[in-house]
Amino acid sequence: MLPPDVHTLPVVVALENACPGAILSGRVHRGELTLEIDPARILETCRYLCSERGFSRISSVTAVDWHPAEPRFEVVYHLHAIQQHERLRLKCRIPGAEPSLDSVTAVWRGADWYEREAFDLFGIQFLGHPNLRRILMPEEWEGHPLRKDYPVHGHKYSYKDE
Amino acid sequence: MEDRPVPAETTHTVLNMGPQHPSTHGVLRLLLELDGEIVRKAEPDIGFLHTGIEKQCEALTYQQAVTLTDRVDYLANLSNNLCYCLAVEKLLGLEIPPQARWMRVLLAELTRLNSHLVWLGTHALDIGAMTVFLYCFREREDILRIFEMFSGQRMMTSYIRVGGLALEPPRGWQKAVDRFIRAFPSKVDEYEDLLTRNPIWLKRTQGVAYASLEDMLALGVTGPLLRAHGLQWDIRKDEPYSSYEEFDFAIPTRAEGDVYARYLVRLEEMRQSARIVTQALEGMPSGPWRADAPKVVLPDREKMKTQMEALIYHFKIVTEGFRVPPGEVYQAVESPRGELAYYIVSDGTAKPYRVFMRTPSFGNLQALPSLVEGRLIADAVAAMGSLDFVLGDVDR
Repeated sequence: MLPPDVHTLPVVVALENACPGAILSGRVHRGELTLEIDPARILETCRYLCSERGFSRISSVTAVDWHPAEPRFEVVYHLHAIQQHERLRLKCRIPGAEPSLDSVTAVWRGADWYEREAFDLFGIQFLGHPNLRRILMPEEWEGHPLRKDYPVHGHKYSYKDE
Repeated sequence: MEDRPVPAETTHTVLNMGPQHPSTHGVLRLLLELDGEIVRKAEPDIGFLHTGIEKQCEALTYQQAVTLTDRVDYLANLSNNLCYCLAVEKLLGLEIPPQARWMRVLLAELTRLNSHLVWLGTHALDIGAMTVFLYCFREREDILRIFEMFSGQRMMTSYIRVGGLALEPPRGWQKAVDRFIRAFPSKVDEYEDLLTRNPIWLKRTQGVAYASLEDMLALGVTGPLLRAHGLQWDIRKDEPYSSYEEFDFAIPTRAEGDVYARYLVRLEEMRQSARIVTQALEGMPSGPWRADAPKVVLPDREKMKTQMEALIYHFKIVTEGFRVPPGEVYQAVESPRGELAYYIVSDGTAKPYRVFMRTPSFGNLQALPSLVEGRLIADAVAAMGSLDFVLGDVDR
């Protein structure tokens, strides 16, 4: 259930009316609002926030790996409404086995590279992304470096082997 | 390239521009599909400078990670230091004394001047105006000397630390900054003399690489690029941090949205930054230059050698680092290139659980194809220069 300080915020009230049940939890911490959204409904929620609530910009899409906890991944979206000076963080928790959720590139084209980055570094599939390829690592790279079970040092490509 | 078939009947040429090309400002590879001199399709290929800084941050303590933030955007080191420290301080709930806040503003604005000078010099060089480059690097040298005076380093300064500054401001810094900033506005006039009404410069920049404001916003572009489209959005004004609300400065905008407008906006930003530096210099508050937080900030050397408690704190901070309460923050600042933000997740230990860097160059570079497709290849060079990306900032 939503805590009382979150429940009464205008954006939360509007979102509850437009997409009932999409918000799973919410929190205000250090003055920043975070809403956890049902992963199945992220696209619908984003579409509403962009078109009706003025969140015309997506600052970034990224992920956090909570290995070995389950659901393992948190996909984090930072939205920004320039005119209202309002920022909002959305989160979706998805399981560690074959992590996937809908792409929001249809709402904000700028999410394109950020989702590719999350795919590259965490191995999260964004369904409906027009061009989901690795972006920072080489195409033939194995593994996803920002996962917690990927070592910081001593991967198979080390100088010792050369 | 092998995975993208080009139909046999077309006469399109595929040109591989970079990763080692002077106008890509680093190691950017650009695949250009050309129809004669017209770019039909452009595809940036990035990642050549990917060094896994975000992963490395997870293996260091909060204070150690400051040194990595310098290396993200090597032309705006102090902006990155500042953004990271503000984020960690937000997590800690730490109050920073006025002198440190003002000094951070002063240094962040000198960083903006430094970055814009490199941009102007290289951008003009790309388009064929060599003299400006030499003029800009002359002034940049003065700024780097000031940074060296403060931190001992010209580029990888790490001068802003969690809790304040790394060292006490050096003796005589006012004189050095004053000498530079007095002369600087006339130097901007010199650049303007060389370029603003120069017919070749106008021909190469006016009406070039235009995209609509809606497109630019949708593609994640931030900073001076949007202000060149008439959008009055600057994080220093909209979400002030580190006492920017106490300074008087204007946000320059232009309506045209072409390479020339971006040039004019950045030039005016330099004048405004100089105003901020002057105000910071004249009104610099006195008092402590780091927060009174013994568990986070290293004690004075003198205290460390005379007081048992200070010695213990010193030992603990150096060996274990300080613990940060669990939570997450997103802190945005206006870097010379646009919205720079750090998203830090803490799990309550002395090392950050996740550090995500929302770097402005990454978002801005995403717009490059829409600026160059359907236009001349020579304009692609002007477009790239006007985006002012730094590849370290893109790849991290």
